[in-house]
Amino acid sequence: MTRALSGQELSRRVNEAFPGKASRFNDADVWIDTEALLDISRFLYETPDLDFQFLTSITAVDYIEYIELVYHLLSMRLNHSAILKTRCHTRDEPKVPSVVEVWRGADLQEREVWDLMGVHFEGHPNLKRILLWEEFPGHPLRKDFLG
Amino acid sequence: MCGEATGGILDFCTVYRFLDVFPGWLESIVVLDGLASWLAYALAGFFLAFLVINTVVMATALNTWFERRMLARFQARLGPNRWGPYGLLQPLADVAKLITKEDTVPDAADRPVFNIAPIAFLAPTLLVVAVIPFGENSFLGKLNVGILFIVGVTSLNTLAIFMGGWASRNKYAMLGAMRGVAMLISYEVPMALAITGVLLLGGSLALSSIVEAQQVPFLLVQPLGFLVFLAAASAEMSRTPFDQIEAESELGAGYHTEYSGMKFAIFQLAEFMAPIITALILVTLYLSGAKAVGPIPGQLMFVGKVVIVVFGMLWVRATWPRLRVDQIMGLAWKGLFGLALVNLFVVAIEVQVFRDLNGVVSTQELWVMAGINWMVTAGALVLFANILGQRKLRRPEPVPSPLANMSAEAD
Amino acid sequence: MTIRTEPVTINLGPQHPSTHGVFRLRVTLDGEVVLDVEPVLGYLHRGSEKLAETRSYVQVVTLTDRLDYTASMSNNLAYVRAVEKLAGIEVPERAQYIRVISAELQRIASHLMATGFLLNDLGAFATPLMYCFRERERILDLFEMLCGARITLSYMRPGGVFQDAPEDFWPALGFFLKDMPGYIDDLEGLITDNEIVLARTRDVGTLSAEMAINDSITGPILRASSVQWDLRRADPYEVYDRLEFDIPIGSVGDNFDRYLVRIQEMRQSVRIVEQCIRDIPDGPIRADTEYFMRPPEGDAYAAVEGPKGELGFYLVSDGGIAPYRCKIRAPSFINLTSLRDMVVGWKMGDLITTFGSIDVVMGEVDR
Repeated sequence: MTRALSGQELSRRVNEAFPGKASRFNDADVWIDTEALLDISRFLYETPDLDFQFLTSITAVDYIEYIELVYHLLSMRLNHSAILKTRCHTRDEPKVPSVVEVWRGADLQEREVWDLMGVHFEGHPNLKRILLWEEFPGHPLRKDFLG
Repeated sequence: MCGEATGGILDFCTVYRFLDVFPGWLESIVVLDGLASWLAYALAGFFLAFLVINTVVMATALNTWFERRMLARFQARLGPNRWGPYGLLQPLADVAKLITKEDTVPDAADRPVFNIAPIAFLAPTLLVVAVIPFGENSFLGKLNVGILFIVGVTSLNTLAIFMGGWASRNKYAMLGAMRGVAMLISYEVPMALAITGVLLLGGSLALSSIVEAQQVPFLLVQPLGFLVFLAAASAEMSRTPFDQIEAESELGAGYHTEYSGMKFAIFQLAEFMAPIITALILVTLYLSGAKAVGPIPGQLMFVGKVVIVVFGMLWVRATWPRLRVDQIMGLAWKGLFGLALVNLFVVAIEVQVFRDLNGVVSTQELWVMAGINWMVTAGALVLFANILGQRKLRRPEPVPSPLANMSAEAD
Repeated sequence: MTIRTEPVTINLGPQHPSTHGVFRLRVTLDGEVVLDVEPVLGYLHRGSEKLAETRSYVQVVTLTDRLDYTASMSNNLAYVRAVEKLAGIEVPERAQYIRVISAELQRIASHLMATGFLLNDLGAFATPLMYCFRERERILDLFEMLCGARITLSYMRPGGVFQDAPEDFWPALGFFLKDMPGYIDDLEGLITDNEIVLARTRDVGTLSAEMAINDSITGPILRASSVQWDLRRADPYEVYDRLEFDIPIGSVGDNFDRYLVRIQEMRQSVRIVEQCIRDIPDGPIRADTEYFMRPPEGDAYAAVEGPKGELGFYLVSDGGIAPYRCKIRAPSFINLTSLRDMVVGWKMGDLITTFGSIDVVMGEVDR
């Protein structure tokens, strides 16, 4: 059975390494500061007893006031998982650091999020639209998109 | 053209003699000054060529039906069965469809070359038929260098494929044509070497003499040569496992990607004709051609053997996947080339040892040669399989990677 | 003497016999050697995630059918599990068994198609493909008995399945299970030891375990790279923790291993279904749920081991009758990440076979 790391535990670990960066948490999720995302990702990837080497999925959810990014992480060696969340409070080209250099599996997923939700991943090597064509107006998964 | 001997059904000489009467009758009305026999020859030639070409084309039409039906049986389905009894009229429907299709030529194509290519592809295939002896007296041209003619004419296909691929101005067609040229030229070499073995035994370049020399079918005398020839010929007509030129899963349709309508039909015709032509050559060279066995007339034997060979090649096509382009070239130069050389050397030495003063090898000695050659073949193939084969490669046992542990319970 | 050569860029697709749908690969070739590959997607994009936001939780099931249209059951299962997790629904045991049976049958069907098309990409003239389809047809017949549909099944519902299996389903399933190992043996006899198949697939398109994990690869491709990871065992759902089965893995991670893993997984699936038939209890097949259910506010992620890999659904509820957000973690899509590394440096023909061995379905890639 995959053990889901609780938000309390994960936020404690993150806060030890990056004080104050994991501001909120609940039973399952941890909210971290957007700017620290890349550093925290690397920390989670490299720390042996966390060992999150597998990025299951990246999701973006539009909550109108903010856009929330959800990272599902997994350690296959230790068989535990965690959910990392971060919020962008701007709708006008929100910016998030790209985690492609930590998990290359983020490549296509970040492009998809950019395409459908309009979150700009800084540092992504090839941030182009993937499902829609380049000239497509708007980002369709946003709640204010009227197809 | 014709000697005194007559015999068998479908004797072309009978036609010639029949037509010989006509100019004689004509000469009684108009003075022709010795043109008469020439006229008869031309008439007979035209008539027979018409007959043979149409027979081959009809046989090709039947072959398309045969291949599709048999492939369907191999693949656990029915195949075309709607149009005519057992779907026998399917080729007609295909032709009607292809003729009525719009003939498109790409804008950027080199029009003259584009248009000539299908004809250049079909013509050599048909030309081969000219020298095949369908019976003791049944051939269009009794060429004393028949084999040379076949080898020369069939290699013209390469040019046609390149013309088609190049003139289409299409990248897929270009890739297919490039592959085709490389492959076809490579496979000419083992094929020619394999044929040389037949020449040594037959003692002649004329196909009819080779058929006569086959007291024992050369398949039994030099099985290695037969295998090399079969493989090389399959490559020459680019069928699986050598269908690099078309490779529909890689290149769409290869060199004829841009062709449509009647031009495409001609390509298809030549392609479906290829197994028949190959079978004709194969039967003539290795399976004692149109030799009568007991009461069965030679022509019937000939047709029967051709059908069997065509079916064999179809079987291979239905079962095997395709080799990669470099593996195909490797097979030609590392494998078949060597095997053909082995065959050639062994046969040459045997002929030198066994022939009598007139250069003829007797039937008993042919059987002795057959015995030796089967052993040589077995040895050569085992060696070949061990050097180039895949099964010798041992793979490590799967060991679960330490990167994942499904039963881990953290803490 | 040096000959100047120029790389050629060709567009493989969107209309191409071996791109398994409308998919485009922009390939740069130097002669026959692949220099660069860029997948271009989206030709089948229907906005499933957006459509899901305007449908009720039960209606979304029909959308999931059309993701990986060769494995509708697995898609249904992944989605309804996410809904159940979100709404806290307990599923009756009999329904869980039926779900496992149908998901495993679907895995066999999907792997059969993957194997058949891989061989087609290798250039076998449709013969293995036709054999695979013949067997798949029997599975589709079984599905037809279950729910009346063959491809887009919509069989599962949040809280169970849509109806119980009819009486004559069980003997039919028994016959199928009796024949299936023989079918697989036939298929293996035709393919596994074939010299050309070995020459074409061994050590071609190798993917290392480290790279597979870093690229978020899941499913048979990950296992072929010798990573023994299967959600059915690692994070058991439904009744998988009560069933016995092996997780086959490959040794090198090449095309041949991917093929072999799929073949062995089919055998394991037969084993699983046999155990399910033995153990299935009587009882209700669907929990009491409303048609317009309103799960409490929150989010849930549930994943199953689909035939292509980890198929996950991430649902967000705002308390309404439709999901606020429905994210699909599509394995085929993410498995494309490492395509470039697997094929660069190989020949054009290897590109096609490697792509075939990844087994993507465009409905799932483009969603």
